[in-house]
Amino acid sequence: MNRMALRALLGAALLAFGTASFAAIDTYAFETAAEEARYKALIDELRCPKCLNTNLSGSDSPISADLRRTVATMVQAGKGDEEIREYLLARYGDFILYRPRVMPATYVLWFGPALLFLLALVFVARLVLRQREEAVPAPLSPEEQAALERLSQAVGENSKA
Amino acid sequence: MSRTSLFLPLGLFLLMAFMLWRGFALNDPHELPSALLNQPLPDFQKTRLADGAPVARQDLLGAPFLLNVWATWCPTCKAEHAELNRIAARYAVPLVGVNYKDDGPAARAWLARYGDPYRLSVVDEDGSLGIELGVYGAPETFIVDGNGIIRYKRVGAVDRRVWEAEIRPVLRNLGLALEEPPA
Repeated sequence: MNRMALRALLGAALLAFGTASFAAIDTYAFETAAEEARYKALIDELRCPKCLNTNLSGSDSPISADLRRTVATMVQAGKGDEEIREYLLARYGDFILYRPRVMPATYVLWFGPALLFLLALVFVARLVLRQREEAVPAPLSPEEQAALERLSQAVGENSKA
Repeated sequence: MSRTSLFLPLGLFLLMAFMLWRGFALNDPHELPSALLNQPLPDFQKTRLADGAPVARQDLLGAPFLLNVWATWCPTCKAEHAELNRIAARYAVPLVGVNYKDDGPAARAWLARYGDPYRLSVVDEDGSLGIELGVYGAPETFIVDGNGIIRYKRVGAVDRRVWEAEIRPVLRNLGLALEEPPA
């Protein structure tokens, strides 16, 4: 009996909170599955202008709902992905794009990681080369050389005697 | 290790300090650079809040004006309303409202209660004009010049400081006299 009550409670809790992770559940009728896929891809990579870190599909804010509707209408009207992005870009600026355009202001963003990786490679290469050099014993200095010769002469005379 | 490479950590530190300094100097990450600056005011066909008469972009042009996006559901709009009333009463600059995603009767009652600073309010019930304007949070205020080009955009409340430091100079540059009325 107790178990039944617990199950009922769990079920109710699931019903109440289970939808929280699906903010965007608007239903738009698309003619083809491809259009629907394009719509989903677009709202996943477009950013909610009101929120700092949510895409259109993940946001509950009214502006996101409006923009999802705009995107859906444009997809249904047969507009291309690039056209839709341009449309929103012209109104909301680069903020709306989660995938930043390649332009001078974003060069660091796009090419920085590759550059850092190259730098790291150079650094590691230099380190390895240096260690190899250190593994070869250093040549003797003239004084050391002289001392060695003296000693080996002395040893040679001793062994003769 | 050569002597100069000893300065590498110092260089890294300075680089990081510079980037953090720049990063934290962005005072408000919510503030989006406006994409519409120096772009023409978008075309629209809407109705007037007061009487439902049609109003289009063409009807607004001719002289510089302030375009203010507002709604009764927006608390900040209420906060800036007194300042808008003051501006409308004291200065010779027309204000045009965009009643954004609002309920018509509620909006009219609101203006009757708190005063109406607007020459007219455009009804944008579905928010489509808002999207054309790149609105993402009411209130937003635009300055549109006589040729219909957007010269300034502000997201958030207009208060005395914003009026004096930002809006008024732009309007002056557009040739509005904006004389202080005689006390």
